[in-house]
Amino acid sequence: MLTRRIIACLDVRSGRVVKGVQFVDLIDAGDPAALAHRHALEGADEIVLLDITATHEGRGTLLETVRRTASELFVPFTVGGGIRTADDAAAVFDAGADKVSINSAALANPELIGQIGADFGAQAVIVAIDARRNTDSGDPVRDAHVFTHGGRRDSGRSVIEWAHEAESRGAGEILLTSMDSDGTRAGFDCELTAAVSEAVRIPVIASGGAGTVAHFADVFDRGKADAALAASIFHFGVSTSRALKQELAQQGISMRLPC
Amino acid sequence: MRVTVIDYKAGNLTSVVKALRHLGADVTVTDRPEPLAHAERIILPGVGHFAATRRLDDTGLTGAIREAIGRHVPFLGICVGMQWLYSGSTEALEQPGLAAFTEQCTRFPNAADKVPHVGWNSIDVSSSSRLFSDVASGEHVYFTHSYHAPITADTAASTHYIEPFASAIERGNIFGVQFHPEKSGETGLKILRNFLELVQ
Repeated sequence: MLTRRIIACLDVRSGRVVKGVQFVDLIDAGDPAALAHRHALEGADEIVLLDITATHEGRGTLLETVRRTASELFVPFTVGGGIRTADDAAAVFDAGADKVSINSAALANPELIGQIGADFGAQAVIVAIDARRNTDSGDPVRDAHVFTHGGRRDSGRSVIEWAHEAESRGAGEILLTSMDSDGTRAGFDCELTAAVSEAVRIPVIASGGAGTVAHFADVFDRGKADAALAASIFHFGVSTSRALKQELAQQGISMRLPC
Repeated sequence: MRVTVIDYKAGNLTSVVKALRHLGADVTVTDRPEPLAHAERIILPGVGHFAATRRLDDTGLTGAIREAIGRHVPFLGICVGMQWLYSGSTEALEQPGLAAFTEQCTRFPNAADKVPHVGWNSIDVSSSSRLFSDVASGEHVYFTHSYHAPITADTAASTHYIEPFASAIERGNIFGVQFHPEKSGETGLKILRNFLELVQ
């Protein structure tokens, strides 16, 4: 049986893992290569490394971090942040990533999805969507908007419509971050996740808001997520992937349990 | 443990080469047929579209692989590299495979479950398989694909997603895996090690 995936996310700035609340107030959480390795040993199904500053000057540091992190990692490894061109993506793949996550650049230039897919396969392209409920709408979930530039700018585009377009342009997966929930540890946005998951035929990774085991069970059940991503829940020893997965398996959710 | 990995520009070889080197293999990467004449083991990776295997024909690699297999050199196809061992795939009807196995690869049928099949799924292993020596049924490996091969007498491992399909094939010195052993944690590394330790 296909298992639901638990994905450990490392937000990286200047070669260090950081964690913030709703995209601000960053604190240091350690070395990316060491943390990635620990997560994989503890049973994380995948590792995502997001370069959250993604400045041009930082590219060399990022590639070196990717190389070092990938060197002893034998589970799928995704890198995102600041990938603007097919050449940027190629450099990240060359450094050892299996997939890239593209966000603002895909919105600005949707052809990028197909360009990267043509060289590395659709499975290697994750389109990341930072979403916020549209409280001006009568249906805040279905009318949720896509935000860009680290969540600072409202693109005005519908999340559901953009997820559709990303799929039709050859995205392999959607990484959906609820900005309303991110960093709150109050639970995933299950309504929004379910709306997107039902709108596309590619896997949807839910992100933003993980705080307890029940939140994960909820996003797999009500949220119809294929995978769930979390960062802070692991970094500070709140829980390990192993403990999380064992509890979810006991609740009847299909999990790959680490040996 | 010498192994030759074929580069035919279908996806990214980095992960496969990295896993093999981690296991202590002496890895040669080639996009030319000549090095295959002296290869001790051959791995054909590949992700993406079946049509990309056309490059194997265009570069003479198909003939060199056929010869090497005839000399009983152990051969492992991964993902599209496994599908290429069949007569072809409905993904690219104009592009023939090696036809070491006569069946055809087809797309998962339409169902409630999403296609592609992405993630960790369990394998049911044939007890006589050399590739899965010391690998238990029920272990999980990482898949990402939309096309699959049917279950036959040569199936070395089967997996269920929408319907049962061959997640690995094995006959003599020819091996194929639909999943990505290089991304399947300790289980995947064990499978790669089994391949590297095969003797002709």
